[in-house]
Amino acid sequence: MTATTATTPIVEMRNIKKSFGAVQALRGVDLTLMHNEVLGLVGDNAAGKSTLMKVLSGAYIPDEGEIYLEGKRVHITGPDDARRLGIEMVYQDFMLANNLDVAANIFLGREVVRWALGPIRVMDKRAMEIQSQQLLRRLNINVSSVRLKVEHLSGGQRQAVAIGRATAFNAKVIIMDEPTAALSVSAIGQVLDLIRELKAQGASIIIISHRLEDIHEVGDRVVVLRHGRKVADYPVTGDVQSFRERVVSYMVGARDDFSKVVAEED
Amino acid sequence: MQERAAGAGKSAPSAQITRERPAWRRSINVQELGILVIFLLWVIFLSLATDTFLTTRNVFNMLRAFSWIAIAAFGQCMVILTAGIDLSVGSNMALSGLAAAMLAVNNVPVPLAVLGGLVTGGLIGLINGLLVTRLRLPPFIATLGMLSIARGVTYGVTGGWPVRQLPPEFNQIGQLDIMVGSWPVPLPVIVMLVLAALVSLFLSRTVTGRHIYAVGGNEEAARVSGIKTQSVKLFVYVSCGVLAAIGGILMTARLGVAAPTAAEGYELDIIAAAVIGGVSLFGGEGTILGVLIGAALMQTIRTGLNLLGFPTYWQPAAIGAVILLAVTFDQWRKRRSRSVR
Ligand SMILES: Nc1ncnc2c1ncn2[C@@H]1O[C@H](COP(=O)(O)OP(=O)(O)OP(=O)(O)O)[C@@H](O)[C@H]1O
Ligand SMILES: [Mg+2]
Repeated sequence: MTATTATTPIVEMRNIKKSFGAVQALRGVDLTLMHNEVLGLVGDNAAGKSTLMKVLSGAYIPDEGEIYLEGKRVHITGPDDARRLGIEMVYQDFMLANNLDVAANIFLGREVVRWALGPIRVMDKRAMEIQSQQLLRRLNINVSSVRLKVEHLSGGQRQAVAIGRATAFNAKVIIMDEPTAALSVSAIGQVLDLIRELKAQGASIIIISHRLEDIHEVGDRVVVLRHGRKVADYPVTGDVQSFRERVVSYMVGARDDFSKVVAEED
Repeated sequence: MQERAAGAGKSAPSAQITRERPAWRRSINVQELGILVIFLLWVIFLSLATDTFLTTRNVFNMLRAFSWIAIAAFGQCMVILTAGIDLSVGSNMALSGLAAAMLAVNNVPVPLAVLGGLVTGGLIGLINGLLVTRLRLPPFIATLGMLSIARGVTYGVTGGWPVRQLPPEFNQIGQLDIMVGSWPVPLPVIVMLVLAALVSLFLSRTVTGRHIYAVGGNEEAARVSGIKTQSVKLFVYVSCGVLAAIGGILMTARLGVAAPTAAEGYELDIIAAAVIGGVSLFGGEGTILGVLIGAALMQTIRTGLNLLGFPTYWQPAAIGAVILLAVTFDQWRKRRSRSVR
């Protein structure tokens, strides 16, 4: 399939394993993401989707497995490593500091520095506010002021800020964990537009969603996880109805392309 | 991305940073304002009710007395902002003051003696920080242990006897008045004001300051944003230790004696000053300006109760009631701000 094409994938995860105590969240997952591709990652609740993506974003350290970026082995030992490598993630639970304002959250961890004296780095708040404002405007995000504390925002606005934060810095790889969960129908449309736009700008994107029609609409390829294993990996084709039926059959365990017992090579 | 005007398309930029409250109004939050009003009312009341309160002498005595508490409370504020707590600050003040005093008594030049005291405080803070970040002990437990250890060391080193006859140059640090215009302003007060400005600017303007707030607001969010949350925590405990040491040295110099019993129970006053000033024990919320007002309120309540002839033995009960009121208010404020989202 896609893995056999001539170009090197931008991301390749090999045999990723991760356990939390007795829970084996990932049992040896391989995942590739091609340049400029939108990959849909789906699966039932607790299938391991978020865990796999948190391994890529540096939030979790895998127990086993390797990660290659553009063919080179990388060791992601923390979120700062991933960010340096150009990987950004929108987390399922947003991961915003509610006590800080919108601009502070967008620039959290990479504040604009006006001047520095050794460890004392003075922020350029004005620059961060103006850039945040421009970013939100570009993304059509409706927040009355970038000085508003995040705790005063609605769920949808928070999700929008989280998306804005991950897409603000020209990341090469953008991971979105259920980016539309808190959004209204029109806002979902905007996020899908944004994903297309990011793709047009050259980003490679992984999107986790339970809304299969969204994956069908923007996705190039879909990977299905079940009980911490990959059970399907194929290009998005056909109409929504048949796409949905096929994906669901993998999600519920009716089909499995990677089962060791029934070795189905294609 | 909510409720956009129909057909607004790509127009109607909605994010704006104009139409804002003026800067002075933004820089002070609700609880600071509330506590400032309470403070001013209390001061006005005392000025009218007693004729000794609003004298230059009394005002500077109060300022001097609360400056140590306030300085230590700045450090406490930094720790509480990360949702931690430092119970060892009182013992730290005693031990750091004692270290400086013993060095001074043994003919170490005063600046070096002071440095010795600061290093002592910094080390106490470092150990607290390592216990919290490396051994992952809850801050309450780690610093409770340190409270006892540091106090025990002051007793052990002195055998229970106060260190007296400190060199006058050392005592000057706490007793010197500097003429500002026609007012003799005590040196500790000037140190306090300078530190208040520095710590306040540090917290609001620097990257590390912002990360301190972020760690207290949502530690996991801070971590996935690439912030070294454990380094931030280590930093606040060390800072708290050094600031407590500054307070302890000023206190010792003012009293002219380093008693092993010094600053006993101060941790409560210090934490109370921070909380009354609007620093939330949940972390992520509070300012140095608030702490300064909180410490001033604590001190004027103490002095005021004295001047009003409130029975001395009952005063701790009154102070305790004030602390409980403040914490209750803090919780109520938090809950309300959560529900109005
Ligand atoms: N930090 C953690 N500690 C303990 N267990 C965890 C942790 N994170 C995930 N798990 C467990 O790992 C498994 C996979 O969880 P994960 O969040 O990756 O699922 P998911 O596919 O994202 O599900 P959902 O669609 O509900 O978001 C679950 O059984 C979950 O309970
Ligand atoms: Mg998930």
